[in-house]
Amino acid sequence: MQTSNRPVFLHLLQIHLPLTGWISILHRITGALLFLLLPLPLYLWQRSLESETGYAQVLDWLESWPPRLLVLLLLWWFAHHLFAGIRYLLLDLDYGVDLAQARVSARLVLLGDALVLLIWLWWL
Amino acid sequence: MNSSLSGLPAWLVQRLSALYMTLFTLFAVVGGWLAAPLDYPAWRALFAHPLVSIATAMFFISLLLHAWVGMRDLILDYAGRSPAIRLMLLALLGGWLIALGLWLARIVLLGVAP
Repeated sequence: MQTSNRPVFLHLLQIHLPLTGWISILHRITGALLFLLLPLPLYLWQRSLESETGYAQVLDWLESWPPRLLVLLLLWWFAHHLFAGIRYLLLDLDYGVDLAQARVSARLVLLGDALVLLIWLWWL
Repeated sequence: MNSSLSGLPAWLVQRLSALYMTLFTLFAVVGGWLAAPLDYPAWRALFAHPLVSIATAMFFISLLLHAWVGMRDLILDYAGRSPAIRLMLLALLGGWLIALGLWLARIVLLGVAP
C-alpha cells in the first residue's frame, strides 16, 4: 500500500538517532524484554512461597553467579523502563516538553540507569 | 476492533497502570530496604497479610493490562499489515496473558493459604 513517493530510509546502522530517540526505542525494547522474561520472577516468587527449602533454594540461586547477571539485566531493564516511563507521564502532563528540557530529562533517565548499576555493584 | 482495549481507553489504562506500578515499586523498594533480611516465616507472613496480597494482586493485574497495551502497540507497529497475522499474534498475546493471570492468581492464593 504505497501512499506516496516520498523516499524511505531505514538503514538501521546509519540512521542517527538523537538521545531522546534512544530513550524512546530503549523504552520499547526493555518493555518487550520484561514481558518475555516475566515468567522467571513469577516462578521464583512461587518457589519462595511454597516451602522453606524452596525459599532457601531461590535465595541461593539469586546469590550464585550467572543468575546475578540476569538479576542485573532484569533490574536494569525494569529501571530504564520505569524512569523513561515517568518521563513520558510528565511529558503527557506537559512538563518538560520543550527541547532543551526534554534533553535534560533524557540525560536524567540515563543517570538513573547508571545509579542502578552502582547499587547493584554495591550489593555484590 | 474497537470493543476491546484500544484507542483512548487503552492509552488511559497504560498510564493508570503505570502510575500504580510506580507507586507500588516505590513502596516495595523502601519496604524491602527497611525489612530485609527476611526469613521464610516472615516472608510468608508478608504475603499472607490482606493489604500486601491485595496490593500485590493489583500490581500484577496492572502489569498484565500494561503488557497487553504495550505489546499490542508493538504488534500493530511492526508485525506487518496482514489482518490475519495481526489477529493471530493478538490472540496469542491475549491467551498468554490470561494464562499468566491464572498462574498469578494461584500464587497469590498460595500466599494467603495458611
